[in-house]
Amino acid sequence: MDLAYLWFWIVAFLFVGYFVLDGFDFGVGMSIPFLGKDDIARRQIINTIGPVWDLNETWVIVAGAALFASFPEWYATLFSGFYLPLLAILIALIARGVSFEYRHQRDSLKWKRAFDRMIFFGSAAPAFLWGVAFANIVQGVPLDAGHEYVGTVLTLLNPYGILGGLTTLTLFFVHGVYFVALKTDGQVRADARSLAKKAGVLAIALAALFLGWTIVNAANAEAPLLLGVVALAGVAALTLIGSWIANLRDREGTAFTLGAVTIVAAVAALFFALFPNVMPSTLAAGSSLTIDNASSTDYTLTIMSWAALIFLPLILAYQGWTYWVFRKRVTRARIEKAALVAH
Amino acid sequence: MEWLDPLALARWQFGLTTLYHFLFVPLTLGMSLAVAIFQTVWYRTGDVRWLHITRFFGKIFLINFAMGVVTGIVQEFQFGMNWSAYSRFVGDVFGAPLAFEGLLAFFLEATFIGLWIFGWDKLPRLAHLASIWMASIGATLSAYFIIAANAFMQNPVGYQMSADGHRAELVDFWAMLTNPVALAAFPHTIFAGWMFAAMVIVAVSAWHMARGRNTEMMRKTLRFGLWSTVVSFVLVAIVGDQLSLVMVATQPMKMAAAEATFNTVCGQDASFSIFTLGTPDGTSELFSIRVPFLLSILSTHSLDGCVEGINDLNTLYSQQMFPQFADQVDGNFAPVLWVTYWAFRWMIALGGIAALVSVVGLWVTRKKAKRPVAGWMWRVAIWAAPLPMLASLVGWVFTEMGRQPWIVFGLMLTQDGVSPSVPGWSVLISLVAFTLVYLTLAIVEFGLIVKFAQKGPEPLPDPDAEHDDSVENTPTTVY
Repeated sequence: MDLAYLWFWIVAFLFVGYFVLDGFDFGVGMSIPFLGKDDIARRQIINTIGPVWDLNETWVIVAGAALFASFPEWYATLFSGFYLPLLAILIALIARGVSFEYRHQRDSLKWKRAFDRMIFFGSAAPAFLWGVAFANIVQGVPLDAGHEYVGTVLTLLNPYGILGGLTTLTLFFVHGVYFVALKTDGQVRADARSLAKKAGVLAIALAALFLGWTIVNAANAEAPLLLGVVALAGVAALTLIGSWIANLRDREGTAFTLGAVTIVAAVAALFFALFPNVMPSTLAAGSSLTIDNASSTDYTLTIMSWAALIFLPLILAYQGWTYWVFRKRVTRARIEKAALVAH
Repeated sequence: MEWLDPLALARWQFGLTTLYHFLFVPLTLGMSLAVAIFQTVWYRTGDVRWLHITRFFGKIFLINFAMGVVTGIVQEFQFGMNWSAYSRFVGDVFGAPLAFEGLLAFFLEATFIGLWIFGWDKLPRLAHLASIWMASIGATLSAYFIIAANAFMQNPVGYQMSADGHRAELVDFWAMLTNPVALAAFPHTIFAGWMFAAMVIVAVSAWHMARGRNTEMMRKTLRFGLWSTVVSFVLVAIVGDQLSLVMVATQPMKMAAAEATFNTVCGQDASFSIFTLGTPDGTSELFSIRVPFLLSILSTHSLDGCVEGINDLNTLYSQQMFPQFADQVDGNFAPVLWVTYWAFRWMIALGGIAALVSVVGLWVTRKKAKRPVAGWMWRVAIWAAPLPMLASLVGWVFTEMGRQPWIVFGLMLTQDGVSPSVPGWSVLISLVAFTLVYLTLAIVEFGLIVKFAQKGPEPLPDPDAEHDDSVENTPTTVY
């Protein structure tokens, strides 16, 4: 059953990857009303993630599939239990995804405005709801003896869950704004820096509260795990403050990189706090889902381990190369030129 | 309350969202390949007309692609959301191909499509060409894994039941990947996808030809589309024949239901009814046009083969093979007959009509043709475009409805797979939400595709004028 423990961390890796990558996507989407003063600026913002939003979003599909294959019980309990929040996430991702493609297909400003709003809400809803979902997974939810969720949607909207949602919302927002600063020029870039300065304070406050609460909740865990949670929460807090300072000093690359480390460390801290459970139950200890009672067979996990071992490095390589290909800033001049050619 | 039955609602939602998703999948499968071929021709010949053709159909492909991506996420989440008992039962087996699909196919497709869309002026030409091929390979590969997963539901192989009988466990991954149902259904689906994309290319080209617009380019794509339709249809039919042989061997009830055959028939009596009017429950026949021997030939490739009937199979299943499930289904293991009967026929008929249109199209648009193509002929070519798509949809209706009452044949009934913790009103909310969102998007999507299809490719450069080649060769894309 050792492979199940490996797969716990592979699932963690995939969700970390998803939150780092689609996280700043969400932030970029949410920044449009704040930074997009005219249509050229809005197109600049959207085009910073144009080539990569799809591959970023694919991480959640792969994370979900890996969860299904390696921990069918976890997948089944989580997805049926968190039915309505996941429905909201799905609708939001649909609205957001098609908006990127549809927005530029007509010149009408009304048309574009409608899709800008869909990108905003389609980004904000998952950014908030994923935080609510993961905070609740870690905190525990009511599961019966058959591992079926017996709460309602309101059960999930408890203080810790809502704080978790607000934390991911603001973390992703600030990270996305760093990305806009890193990838644009002119007014948008300047506006992004000053927006990150303000929003960063809120993100730091919320993250400190949430991570502190997470540590308190994990206080009864075994020493190495608790140490892991504390260390990772510490790294998350320090890098978040570091990214805010880097932004003040106009070091956009550093700010974005440190922001990514923050999200990696914060999500990893949650998985440390969860281990060795996968869905603790608040009703009776016996009904909790753990790595041992939720996982697939060794045979299935062996095959999948080979696939992950071979393909994950390849995937990271070609995705890294993609980011390198599109490393240049999306300049105002480039969008203006493209707008001219289109007419 | 009947209308809040979570099982019925979850089934309607799965059917709706899956068929909707499958409006975009075949077009992605076929169009990505067609665009890759167009771009390869441009790369090899340097003929700028092929660049314009590539960009034109590439645009139609992309409007469609985004929908395929976002509606696909729903599919994966839905297994856990609405079918948690099923997910627990088969996760060890069924999850693996989905994980492989993600790791091997989805990442490839999503990454390289981004490189292709935005990489026109950033990648060397060969790398850019390779991007569309990679995306097309990714799409095709993903179809293979998901069909292998589906094949397990039709014909479970490579598994054993766990010691406590609570779940199916994978014991032979290779057997699962080479499930005979998957090996036949995969090419059947792929070729059907090519056929649909080819007919869309025909329709778009015909619209322009009929108006005398962009004829230099559109004649090329018209002929390409017509040939592709005919070739794809032949391939679809050949592998479809294989698929029905496999089906008779693995799911005889589905074949019996396709023909609504109640009693086992052999040889000349194993006739294929082209058209039947009967009582609504299908138990008695009022009028029928039949071709003797044809069912025997289709099912066994011989004139004296036998095809088992529904009644005989019900006896076999209830008494010998699956007695533990007999009470739950009242001894009736047959799917809804009028659905399977008509879906099977419409699948064949719609595909056949599209192929016929293309054969005639090839004849009337041949180089030596003396008469110009009549206006009504162009209209037929345009309106025939949805036929292969409808054939694909009813084909899936037949495959999945024909599997009923099983969610996994012989192992689990559909009624036992539904999420026990999700109340009916939750499923109703999601069903209504998906229906409204999908309907709205379908209208916007269709409007956009028609708009761009009618706008046509960028005009060819005037050969006499001074021409700035650099702009031509490095087109850009921005959102």
